[in-house]
Formats: sequence, structure tokens, C-alpha cells
Amino acid sequence: MDKRNAKAWLYLLPAILFLGVFMIYPLVDVVVYSLEENFESVSQSYTGVGLFNFSHVLRDPYFLQALKNTFILVVITVPVSTGIALLISLGLNSIKPLRNLYQTVYFLPYVTNTLAVGLVFMLLFKQDDSSLGLVNLLIRALGGTPVDFINGPYWAKMLVTCLYTVWVVMPFKILILTGALASVPQTYYNAAKVDGTSKGRIFRRITLPMISPMIFYLVITGFIGAFKAYSDEVALFGVDLNQAGMNTIVGYVYDMLYSNGGSYPSYASAAALILFAIVLTITVINLMVSRRTVHY
Amino acid sequence: MKVVLQNLTKKFPNRNKKLDDVIAVNDFTFEIPDGQLIGLLGPSGCGKSTTLNLICGLEKPTSGKIYFGEDDVTDLPPENRGVGLVFQNYALYPHLTVRQNILFPLQNLKGKDKLSKAEMLRRADEAAKLVQIEQLMDRKPAEMSGGQQQRVAIARALVKMPRVLLLDEPLSNLDARLRLQTREEIRRIQRNTGITTIFVTHDQEEAMSISDLIVVMKDGIIQQIDKPQRVYDDPKNLFVAKFLGTPPINVFKGRVRGGQLFLGEDAVLAVPGVRDREVWVGIRPEGFVPQKAGPLCCTLKAVEVMGRDTSVVIAHGAAVSDPVRAIISSDYAVTADREELRFALKPNKVFLFDLQTEERIPFTAE
Repeated sequence: MDKRNAKAWLYLLPAILFLGVFMIYPLVDVVVYSLEENFESVSQSYTGVGLFNFSHVLRDPYFLQALKNTFILVVITVPVSTGIALLISLGLNSIKPLRNLYQTVYFLPYVTNTLAVGLVFMLLFKQDDSSLGLVNLLIRALGGTPVDFINGPYWAKMLVTCLYTVWVVMPFKILILTGALASVPQTYYNAAKVDGTSKGRIFRRITLPMISPMIFYLVITGFIGAFKAYSDEVALFGVDLNQAGMNTIVGYVYDMLYSNGGSYPSYASAAALILFAIVLTITVINLMVSRRTVHY
Repeated sequence: MKVVLQNLTKKFPNRNKKLDDVIAVNDFTFEIPDGQLIGLLGPSGCGKSTTLNLICGLEKPTSGKIYFGEDDVTDLPPENRGVGLVFQNYALYPHLTVRQNILFPLQNLKGKDKLSKAEMLRRADEAAKLVQIEQLMDRKPAEMSGGQQQRVAIARALVKMPRVLLLDEPLSNLDARLRLQTREEIRRIQRNTGITTIFVTHDQEEAMSISDLIVVMKDGIIQQIDKPQRVYDDPKNLFVAKFLGTPPINVFKGRVRGGQLFLGEDAVLAVPGVRDREVWVGIRPEGFVPQKAGPLCCTLKAVEVMGRDTSVVIAHGAAVSDPVRAIISSDYAVTADREELRFALKPNKVFLFDLQTEERIPFTAE
């Protein structure tokens, strides 16, 4: 190693040190944990090396429930939130007066604490013996039967979770999309106008392709974010998500590590690696699709 | 298709509401004959782009009328006017190929104007052939040079067979060599198609070289409309005289006394029919003729040999423009070691203007 190389390594040392200690070592450790069978956290011993942890996790009904919940959440909230955010951004972009006010209003959820928002949603949707939430009051006023969205049937709980997630992730998407829309040069619209292009066609053939890189960015980060959902569910349903049937993969990992009957780092690691594999696959597919449809 | 503008005016509200409106286009009335190439020429902010936008319909006039032939198009939206517009930055859709870009206007046609796919492709190919980009049809705009993008933009404007073709600063984004080439190209395309074409430029050379007619504008007011050579030879006011010509015209402050024009103490030219008064004097660089006993006596500052002619930088007490530049034939051997140089003036290269209004004062040259 010549002198210049040594110098370069010296400069890189802080970054390598921190990344090594806080990123690479834990990552390797997770893989190691996931392969150690019958790991005993007190004695730090294990009986063998193999894939048992994975097969156990994949057969655990709690994990399967969490997997199902996470998938439903991802499939519903990502397209819905991106679509609504696009509509709102288009609206914001086409008005002049009050635009700043609306932009601020739409951005508020982003700077509001998740748990506080969760509490508000819970109050809105709940149904106790003694009182009804605002939503249930509305349902009753319209002649329907109140539903307990927090402790009631599965679909109701999933609905609230989806609504909540969409509401929480939308501000960031609106922010990005209004920016993207504003950066489409006016001259393209003028050119289209002179050529007599209809509004729908301008949107499909000009606006959408021009902002497509941003949309794909939002879809990819949206997928990743939704797969990592956990705190939102805690905010709505409390810490015992298995009991509520609303656990997510990250929630399962957490439970396996810490909550009642926890300290199963092997199972937690296996579940985390499964989540990693899923996110990786989806992201690769996303990138492949975007390579084909995002034009420049 | 002839284009007629009648008392066309466009005012924009001032951003500072207390101030008056900005008048971008002030009471334009002129007629553009069918099949001609017209240059709207003026410095930045003179309203030439606004005029173009009014003609194509992207802006609504505050008052006045626009006719294409006999049709009043003042209230028509741009798509119903039958105009093709080439934008300064071309505005080619970056995500579409050249072919898709050229097809775009045709695909917008609806109802009875709708074309079959084969017909669209045929017309796109035809337009591409006209601007000589057939071999680039599958490229994206980013994969082409500025000149090629310019041609695509023209093809896109031509493909729907517009009644009027409008070009907004068509050459300003090209480098010097491409500019020369492309302006010839625009001339050729215009000749071949015979479409009435209006283009905007701030470059007088560009306007002079290819236009049939030049409209010189300043601060939203038309200064002069004429053939390029006439605008140069017979400017209506000091602004027009100064705006056209490279190197620019030399301006002096002079005095007329007894039918003689004086620059300082030099009686340089007989100007019969002009009463005694102070005037602006414009002298084209080519209006100076070196003469041993010439009436105009200047100090010599520099000599720049350019081969065919020689550019002489001189100074004179009455000169307003600095430097004063004379272009003389290289037959006259002028060397930099002389201090003084005397000139006679060609009467048809000397213009007099009123000191206040800056309007031209005519005189009959002998």
C-alpha cells in the first residue's frame, strides 16, 4: 500500500468506523442470529445452524397475520395516497388565490406527531359503551348502524388503518408533486395550446410523462415506507397488536424481541430478513417497470 | 394568407397597482402581404414577442382587431386560427421521439379534420423531408444538436399546414455558424411552402438578411415598416438609424447654417433646404471618403485592417458616439503613424435628425 492509499484510508476511517459499527456489524449479526437454532438469550447458546427459524416464522399464525395486514396496507395505501396527492397537487397548481394557505393546510399532518394523530383518529372512530366517536355519530345520523372501528370487525380496523396511513403520508407526496408540476415549463403548455390539444391529452401526454420520475420516486419510497409500518398501528390500536389482529411485520419483529414472551432474537432476525427480501424484490420490480415507462 | 393588424393594443396591469398599465403593444396597424417573410425587429422589451403572442392567440388584445385574410380571428382561440408557432427554446416534448413530436399536432385533430394513421405518418414524413431531418425521426430531442432541434420544431409547426407561421427568436439559441446556415434554411422553407411567416428577432443582421419586410419596433410603438434595404438607406428616425447596421452608425451633434452642415468648425456638407438649426447627424461608417483636402478633420486613433476594407477608428470634437468608426476601401493606404485624417462625406450616407423629436430631417443631396 503506497502512501497515498494510506492517506485515503485514513480519511475514510471515520465513515467506515461508524458504518461498520452501526450498520454492517448489525446486518451481519442479524444474518447470524437468523441461522442459529434454539438460541438461548440467557446463556447465549444454540444447538445448531440451519433454516429452522425461517420455517418457524413462516408457520407462525401471528407472522402470517402480520404479513397479510402489511400487504393489504401496501396495496391499498400506496396507489390511493399517490393518486389523491396528484389530484390535490393539480388542484393547487391551477388556483392562484389561497394557494399558499392550502399548501400549508395540506402540509400540517407531516409536522404533527404520529401518536397525537393516532389518538385523534381513535377518538373519531371509536365506539364505547358510553359514547360514540364523531364518525359513528355521522353514521347513525345517516341511518346506519354504528361500527366499532377500533375494537370491532377486521375490515373496519383495516379501513381506519388505511385511512390513517393515507392521511399521514399524503403531505409529503403533495409537496413533491406540486413542486414537480410547477417545474414543468410553461412553454410546453403553450405549444400544446397552439396545437389545440385537449385538457385530458395535455395531462396524459405532457404533464404525466414530465412528472413521472417524481411519481416513481414517490411510489418506491411509498412501498418501502408502507412495508415498514408499525408506529401508526400502535397509535391506533395500542401496543398489543397481535391481540387486535392488526400487527405488521415490523411489529412482529419488535414483539419477538421485546414484548411479552419476547427475547427471541432468532425469530425476529428471520422475520426481518424476510421483510428485507420482500422490500428488495418489490423495489427491483419497481425500478424495472420505471426504466421502461419513465422516459428521461 | 395576408395578416392585418388593426389598432392592435395590449396593456398589462402593472405589478405595482398604483402605477399605470404597461403598454406592450401600442396601436399597431399594418398589413402583412400574403406569402411574405416578415421580421419584427426591436430591442428587448419592445413588445415584439407580445405581438407574436397576440397573432397566435396566446394573448388576448386589450383592443384592436386581427384578420387572417378576410377572417376576423381576434376572438378565436389559438387552435382555431391555423397558426404554427416555433418557440425560442423549441419546446419539443423531451419524452417523445422526433416522429411523435411532429405527429403530436395532427393527433389533436378531431371531427371532420381527423386523419387516418397512414395519412398522419405521410404528412409527418413530408414535413421532415422539407426540413431535412428524415434520418433523425426516431431520436429524442436530447440526442440532437440545437440546429436539428430547431428543424424539428419547424417541422412540427408546419405539419398541420398552418395559414401563418410564427417564429419567436428562431436563431438566438444557435451558435454563430449554425445561425447563418439556419437562417438560409428558414428562408428556403418559407419560399418552398409560400406560407406567410412572421419572425421575431433582436438581431438586425438576421432581420435584414432574410426578411421581405422589416417592422422596427421600440417601446411598443412601430418605428418603421419597409424593405430591409430601404430601412437602412432611409431611416425614419434616429432610433432606426442607430439600430440597423454593423458597425453602427456614427452620431454627431451638428449645426446647419446657411444650407451648410457644420460639425464643430468643419463645414462638411451642403444640405440645401434645411433651415438654420442644431441637429443630430448620423453618418454610416461607409459614408467616409478619405480625401487630402476633405472638409472633415479627425484625429486618427487606430487602424484595423480587415482585408477587403479597412476600419479606421477616429475622434472628432462633435462626435457623440464613441468610438467613431469609418469603413474605407483598402485602396486608400492609411497607416497608423498619421495623426490627422481628412474625409469628404457621401451625402446619401448622411442623415439629419431633429434634436428633440429625433425625426428625420430630409434634404436633397446634390
